[in-house]
Amino acid sequence: MHLRDVMDLLGGEAAWGLDLLDGIPVVACFAADLMSDVLAFAVPGALLLTGLVSIQAAHAADVAELAGIVFVAGKRPAPPVLDLARENGTPLLVTPLSLYEACGRLHAAGLPPGVRA
Amino acid sequence: MSEAAPEILYSERWTIRGGDFDHGGEVAAAVKVILRQFGLPATEIRRLSIANFEAEMNVVMHADEGELLLEVLPDRARITLADRGRGIPDLGLAMQEGWSTATPEMRQRGFGAGLGLPNIRKNSDEFAIESTVGSGTTLRYAVRFAI
Repeated sequence: MHLRDVMDLLGGEAAWGLDLLDGIPVVACFAADLMSDVLAFAVPGALLLTGLVSIQAAHAADVAELAGIVFVAGKRPAPPVLDLARENGTPLLVTPLSLYEACGRLHAAGLPPGVRA
Repeated sequence: MSEAAPEILYSERWTIRGGDFDHGGEVAAAVKVILRQFGLPATEIRRLSIANFEAEMNVVMHADEGELLLEVLPDRARITLADRGRGIPDLGLAMQEGWSTATPEMRQRGFGAGLGLPNIRKNSDEFAIESTVGSGTTLRYAVRFAI
């Protein structure tokens, strides 16, 4: 599965990185609003689903080497977050779905949890 | 006879401002760029970057100001982060996962889960912390890599 498939499954759109979506495979997902959880438990290459649209979400994705971020519940990242994602090459998706429903759809589509053992 | 001091290949300092959430994470990002330039292993860069981001956010959330010193040695990257702030009264508690003094605002920013210091220790091969209440906290940690 690639990021474009994720976008389609979630009825979402790209806030940044539309051109990258076909080239980035997604093999696992991690969902959290606490970035310390992301830093502690997400595996490299996981896709992050979160309701946190602060700049720290984009920093966490870069530091933890994540595949990209899906912002849920229709939340949109502000320009500084978009700028940082562009600088780091981190694709950003937005979906109107809740965190619960977005996770449910991706799990049902076969994406496993990207949690460190 | 004393052992010769290890060779420091590179060092740089950054200032971190307390309360500056808008820029919290920039120092960890800058350090990561330098570690990549040295061609260090990706796994070790990730570990140190996670530790740096947590440590930087700790200063943003809990201190007035901090200074992060990066030193790259032939076999390790070493960080010293000294902050000026209120310090930590009980280091034993602060090192426990889940223990937090974060405010609701900090949690809204995605931090304050009580994982900061444990995360730093988990992602480093050397770790030491000293704190004086009313004065500040100094963290020293390092990630080793194969030569």
